[in-house]
Amino acid sequence: MGKTLFEKIWDSHVVVEKENNPSLIYIDRHLVHEVTSPQAFEGLRINNRTVRRPNLTIATMDHNVPTTDRRLPILDQTSAIQMQTLEKNCKDFGIELFDINSPNQGIVHVIGPQLGITLPGSTIVCGDSHTSTHGAFGALAFGIGTSEVEHVLASQTLWLEKPKSFEIRVDGKRKNPHAVTAKDIILSIIKNIGTSGGTGTIVEYSGEGITDLSMEERMTVCNMSIEAGARAGLVAPDEKTFAYLRNRKYTPKNYESLVGHWRENLKTDTNAKFDKTFTLHIDNIAPQVSWGTNPGMTCDVTESVPFAEDYSNGDQSQKKAMVKALEYMDLKPGTPITEIKIDRVFIGSCTNARIEDLIEASKVIKDQKISKNVRAMVVPGSQMVKKQAEEMGIDKIFTDAKFEWREAGCSMCLGMNPDILSPGERCASTSNRNFEGRQGTGGRTHLVSPVMAAAAALEGHFVDVRQLDLN
Amino acid sequence: MEKFKKIKTIVTPLDQVNIDTDQIVPKQFLKLIQKTGFGKYLFYDWRYDENENQKKGFVLNNKKYQGSQILITGNNFGCGSSREHAVWALKDYGFSVIIAASFADIFYSNCFKNGILPIILDEKIVKKLTHEPEELEVDLENQTLSSSSKRISFEIDSHKKKILLEGLDDIAQTLQFEDRVTEYEKQSKIPSVL
Repeated sequence: MGKTLFEKIWDSHVVVEKENNPSLIYIDRHLVHEVTSPQAFEGLRINNRTVRRPNLTIATMDHNVPTTDRRLPILDQTSAIQMQTLEKNCKDFGIELFDINSPNQGIVHVIGPQLGITLPGSTIVCGDSHTSTHGAFGALAFGIGTSEVEHVLASQTLWLEKPKSFEIRVDGKRKNPHAVTAKDIILSIIKNIGTSGGTGTIVEYSGEGITDLSMEERMTVCNMSIEAGARAGLVAPDEKTFAYLRNRKYTPKNYESLVGHWRENLKTDTNAKFDKTFTLHIDNIAPQVSWGTNPGMTCDVTESVPFAEDYSNGDQSQKKAMVKALEYMDLKPGTPITEIKIDRVFIGSCTNARIEDLIEASKVIKDQKISKNVRAMVVPGSQMVKKQAEEMGIDKIFTDAKFEWREAGCSMCLGMNPDILSPGERCASTSNRNFEGRQGTGGRTHLVSPVMAAAAALEGHFVDVRQLDLN
Repeated sequence: MEKFKKIKTIVTPLDQVNIDTDQIVPKQFLKLIQKTGFGKYLFYDWRYDENENQKKGFVLNNKKYQGSQILITGNNFGCGSSREHAVWALKDYGFSVIIAASFADIFYSNCFKNGILPIILDEKIVKKLTHEPEELEVDLENQTLSSSSKRISFEIDSHKKKILLEGLDDIAQTLQFEDRVTEYEKQSKIPSVL
């Protein structure tokens, strides 16, 4: 029987295999950031161990960096200590670091592909659950805990049990791809399969709805695989993939010969069998808006906040969770989504802060001003994205519309830096998690695409962007 | 890591599905550079009000469950962020066993690195134990949970069981395979970054 793409990558990375035991898997790329690494380096020191392959390890600062003027001192002392600790660790162990002043600094999952560090057929890990983003390039990429970070630093390997394979086919064509985006595709998938629908599996996204996507759109889809419970999600590489990675800062010298090998090998065999499958038809999907406190609690922009009975389908635990979610979100069942008023807009995060996201959002707001009741912010995913946008004049479109234009980082996606919601504030956010307190204690998050966030900023409430002229 | 021993305490029922790691440890506490001292931040926003007073309705604030080392909770526990701080907080607070019908993948594997035993049981049994919390003895060696009235068996992967029972240092084990890793590297087609 044939093999899936995931199985091929897995098989080519097995170092040690024993029956009924985890396999020792080789890791080709290790991305490190300031929040989940200090304890790992400390562990190496205590045990007098070194980093096995510093030349496969890259570090940056993204989670708690301020997004305001980089020349100013960092006011939050605990954040400053965490950044200094990363600097010292990288220096002591010989690891390349893109610090807060580097032109290569940015969200780790944005800079990996931009720098050509992410490669098809490779294994990539990072102490961050959204490492699944790199799967867009046909890499097996997944988040790990700090103990595993230490393990990879010391050995360049991990003990893993082989996950199951899950094919998610996306069939059909979107009628208006500027209004119905990759974000709406992945939110629709999560809404359908649930936040644990992918647990224990590696997802392969396939079908016309995926191959039609740009690389950046595929990253948005793979990014949120973890929101469906899957540790990784991947897409078979094609000519778009190979073109994206060509001539980047760290693109390998023998790139074309690698491409030849990838073109031949990195695809699921026609006679391969997946453990699980799901198909989404996207001909008629609508822009999505989350209404609850997990990404599965999502509906079409044209719908209303659901009633507990309809949502839970008789499951008491789900019903209880929904009632709690609506209480936290301060929403009443039956409220049309387009009548929900917002206070804040956040365009950013490893899900939606790449150049195409910013271009698309800027089209919505060009020559207009945001609502007086809204405070809106754009946080580019990397300093490279920021620079590119500024060269195109996109920053000007945002600032003219009264958006704040910031330096790169994770920012209000998780609110570890000063960019947070105040209690009770409601935010249209292009990030990936709407958990209680995620963007600030008591803050309320609605997950949407960049164009939906931009349109909401103008109107002060959600609108169906299919009604706008976005071409 | 300490060896996992038999424990016997009352179970703490936290009856909610999909509890994410942002709830287990909110992000404002992820800035520490040590592994210790996270217990006081466990479920912080659910445990304390804005003036840092204990919230009455929350189960961890109920005296009945003080000293409990067993948490029983809804399915998909530990979803979301990969932060191991969540496991450090549970362990530092005093929990050594977490029972649920399912766990998120990254959280599940983080547990074993820190001497926490995550037990997967049928949803019906979890619900019953949640609604009638009692004292349980957890015996990993024999893979049983027992109380005065019942005895329940649970499944666990033999490799993971061994790690907990023997308190093994994962990295030391792996470094024994260094030759195999070097051999692998010689044939790998993926070039270095630098």
